[in-house]
Amino acid sequence: MLQILINGLILGSAYALIALGLTMVFGIMRVVNFAHGQMYMLGGFAVYYLYGQFGVPFWLALLLAGLTLGLIGVLFNRYLFQPVLANSKREESSMLMAVGTALLLENVALSLFGEKQRGVPALVDGVLVLNDGDAYLPYSNLAVALISIAFISALLLFVQYTKPGRALRAVAQDKEAAQLQGVNVKVITTLGFSIGAALAGIAGGLLVTLYGVNSGIGTNISTKAFIMIMIGGAGVSSGAIVGGFALGMAEAVGYDLLPSSMTYLLIFVAMIVFLIFKPNGLFGKPWG
Amino acid sequence: MQPGQRRDSFAILLILGVLLVLPLGIGQSRYMMSVLMNCAGMAVIASGVWLTFCIGRINICQAGFALIGGYVTAILIAKAGLSFWLALPLSCAAAALCGALIGSVILKLKGIYFSMLTICLTEAIRLAFLNGGSLTQGAKGITGLPQQFAGDSALPLYYLGIALLAVALGVVWRVHYSRLGGIFRAMRLNEDLAESFGVNVWRYRIMAFAIACALGGLGGSYFAVFTQSIYPQSFTVEHSIYYMLFCFLGGLEYVSGAMIGAFALTILFELLQDFQQYQSLIYGVLMIVVMLTLPNGLMALRGFSFAWPQRKGAAE
Repeated sequence: MLQILINGLILGSAYALIALGLTMVFGIMRVVNFAHGQMYMLGGFAVYYLYGQFGVPFWLALLLAGLTLGLIGVLFNRYLFQPVLANSKREESSMLMAVGTALLLENVALSLFGEKQRGVPALVDGVLVLNDGDAYLPYSNLAVALISIAFISALLLFVQYTKPGRALRAVAQDKEAAQLQGVNVKVITTLGFSIGAALAGIAGGLLVTLYGVNSGIGTNISTKAFIMIMIGGAGVSSGAIVGGFALGMAEAVGYDLLPSSMTYLLIFVAMIVFLIFKPNGLFGKPWG
Repeated sequence: MQPGQRRDSFAILLILGVLLVLPLGIGQSRYMMSVLMNCAGMAVIASGVWLTFCIGRINICQAGFALIGGYVTAILIAKAGLSFWLALPLSCAAAALCGALIGSVILKLKGIYFSMLTICLTEAIRLAFLNGGSLTQGAKGITGLPQQFAGDSALPLYYLGIALLAVALGVVWRVHYSRLGGIFRAMRLNEDLAESFGVNVWRYRIMAFAIACALGGLGGSYFAVFTQSIYPQSFTVEHSIYYMLFCFLGGLEYVSGAMIGAFALTILFELLQDFQQYQSLIYGVLMIVVMLTLPNGLMALRGFSFAWPQRKGAAE
């Protein structure tokens, strides 16, 4: 029982990081970044090559992964999403654009990195034995959880207390009002998109130390991220965090009792039932 | 008839006509036939996605309903020993029923929530069949379905495909260019307003979604017979996304859009055999390019200029 709780919390903290990036992009641009999972995958590969192959220190590799993805985010936003958002008559357009970028990233990764599952050495060795062998907590898992919690807190503080952070919240609340107040909406939107992308990259870079990475995991991760933000309510940070932990716990319990594909089937069914009663998630605002 | 409608009917009749006489021209090359059958099946499924676009919902679970149709056909033929001619309408009905049931729950979600949920639904349906025990035979799927038409010729199966395509287009045409189509358009533009004019939005939404799912089931059933097998990987999220791309490429304003997109892309890739391994990559790039340059699809090409869209400014 303790073991399940620990597994759930560790998974949940990493998942919360993934969901936070997705929800941020959604909150600011009203675009669901379907390529979020693919960005996660690229982050994983960046850390695999930098830290696993070239021996760059892990913290540097992780930051570089975040930076690379942030840059990709800026380019995507500037050259793909902004034009479509400015021109499209139907809201479907930006979504299809996002799906296109997801296909693109996945297949570029497939041709560049191949299909093989890659892993890197663990961050720290050793296992913490709790409660006389009742539960095991490898230090590497603990490290991943702590680092992702650190990133989550840093982001929340940034959004809450800095000037660009306040601008981000303003744009999320009301684009036109923010513009009238002198916020450069274009720059802030780009910033938000790139932070979202960077978070995906960092989450990928962190989790590659535990689960490894392969070019095909993108859709899987995106699907999980969708579940998390639908549970919590799209566009709300607290919702993303709660959703992340909820999914982490559900997975930990499910994997303990059932085969993994059955677990996900039940999670999907539970989510659909949940959305009948709370169509906007736990904290979401009513939005079309 | 409106000019757009005339163009639409012209495109449909032209393609169907060409398909009807084509076997005379190309001889009965099995390869060509199978490419065209593939196109026809995809077009049937994609026209369902097109119909859900009409009510302003982005449907990414069409592959799931195609899977339902395929499995129902396979189970009815292989396990229950029914004839194909009974299994085909039954699987169509089963997909419609599932669609109506699931739709009555999820259709109150809008926009992006709906799309995210439908992606999850594709996965959920796939997992359900994967865990179906001895009925669906897990990851192996149901293979070795008997060939439906005696003899070596692919012609009967080919004409079946064309007939199904004609039925699908007929249904969508009937819906789109009637009072019902007007209601759907009103619902897409403003659901609340439509409701305030006395439209029973709930009922029409489910109706549209059930028809769409029925078309998915029909196509899936056809594919199961055509490939003589069905397994959970037959239709995945990726396929759902392709169907969406077909609709967008062909044009969302024209009934023929889904069909034109499906035929154009599938045939294009058969011609570019050497690039088969990059198919998804090219789809991805194409999707981005289409979104940037052809927001109204191929069918609108002559009516609208083939120019980069005008910038309206950043305001929404």
